[in-house]
Amino acid sequence: MVGLLHSLEIAVGATIVGLVIGTWGAYGKLYGGPVVRDLFAVYTTVVRAVPELVLILLLYYAGTDLINQVLTAMGYQRVDISGLVAGIAVLGFVQGAYSTEVIRGAILAIPQGQIEAARAYGMSPGLLLRRITLPAMLPFAIPGLANLWLIATKDTALLAVVGFSELTLATRQAAGVTKAYLVFFLAAGVLYLCVTLVSNFLLGRAEKWARRGMPSIKDA
Amino acid sequence: MSVAGAATIPSGEAQNGAAEAIHVENLHKKFGELHVLKGVSLSARDGEVIAIIGGSGSGKSTLLRCINCLENPTSGIIRVNGEEIKLKADSHGHTVPADRRQIERIRSKLGMVFQNFNLWSHMTLIENVIEVPVHVLGVRRDEAVAQAEKLLARVGLAEKRDVYPAYLSGGQQQRAAIARALAINPRVMLFDEPTSALDPELVGEVLKVIGDLAREGRTMVLVTHEMKFAREVATHVVYLYNGLVEEEGPPEQIFGAPKSERLKQFIRNIG
Repeated sequence: MVGLLHSLEIAVGATIVGLVIGTWGAYGKLYGGPVVRDLFAVYTTVVRAVPELVLILLLYYAGTDLINQVLTAMGYQRVDISGLVAGIAVLGFVQGAYSTEVIRGAILAIPQGQIEAARAYGMSPGLLLRRITLPAMLPFAIPGLANLWLIATKDTALLAVVGFSELTLATRQAAGVTKAYLVFFLAAGVLYLCVTLVSNFLLGRAEKWARRGMPSIKDA
Repeated sequence: MSVAGAATIPSGEAQNGAAEAIHVENLHKKFGELHVLKGVSLSARDGEVIAIIGGSGSGKSTLLRCINCLENPTSGIIRVNGEEIKLKADSHGHTVPADRRQIERIRSKLGMVFQNFNLWSHMTLIENVIEVPVHVLGVRRDEAVAQAEKLLARVGLAEKRDVYPAYLSGGQQQRAAIARALAINPRVMLFDEPTSALDPELVGEVLKVIGDLAREGRTMVLVTHEMKFAREVATHVVYLYNGLVEEEGPPEQIFGAPKSERLKQFIRNIG
């Protein structure tokens, strides 16, 4: 149960980090200068090209090592980065690359006239993002972001390789001690399924809300 | 008010006593190699209704969109309310507004109505109408709502206040868009072919609303294909051809006794 909690903590954290990176990334790719666009292009290409397990190992070991080297170089004590923070950072970084593309596509799907109208009425770029672009892109982004969320809940299992005690690792340990492999892994499977079912319900509600201004396509 | 004379009349000093709300002088706009506007001048004084007519590709929509910098002019002078829009060249040699805040301030005084309505689809009509007053102009929400209800009632949409735009007809959406423009209490209303995207039977209800605004003395610049309507409501008609003002004058003259051969032909064709 603690394992499930840890898994959810990481998944939620990583998704939030991913959404923030994704929003900036999408904006940077759509409206940024050539340098910004290229940087995000490299980021999304590399992160989406390398297997997540490799990225996790790389960012976890290399990342913590790098931070500690920087800290020692600046004359600070080495810090012990908690598995939770590292997990959120690493998965968030991966999620960010995928979110960037989902959100970029969603922004492109907004009828441009609505953005133009906001500009024509003197909205500043920040206000435009908050009041028009983000709410207007949400209906187009939610299906893709829902996918990413479900993938995030299961990607947390990959953190077992760096010794973080999330659901899968906790299950393996419990199963190893009691030798009741089938029971524990079935239980873990059921827990993942429950997470998915609850997520589906909540995401369905969210999508319905985001599409509030859009007639059902069944009636069209 | 004539094009040629625009440069010699000191700005803000009106011939008929009314202040100059919009002043455009020698405006050029290029899209890459395409030279859309080739030196257009235009002036709108308080209470005037300027109708811009012309064939497809004559640059009339571009001219309107340059006034609030939805398109950045390549060169020329634009004054709104006597305030000249500051422009500068960016690193690619394109002309861009020098001061974003100035543009935003000027835009919030111009009520733009688009061909495709462009209502915000995630907001109900009342939310669309109060959006700019509340979030850009800083009006208190309850005041904005009270005013928005009056405006929606005025365009005949009082009972639709909590409906999302997608559930309304084009004519209703365009009337709501006019209410949204009126909500900022604009110095000038800009209409960009407001009836071109409407089914023929819905054009009348929108023209009636615009006509009422004209009759109560709102300053408007109107790009339109509705010649009969332009003749009725405009105080001044500008005929654009190929990026230049071919002929302009009071509607009786433009439609009754056109001088230019092209304008004669244009009026004949459009019937």
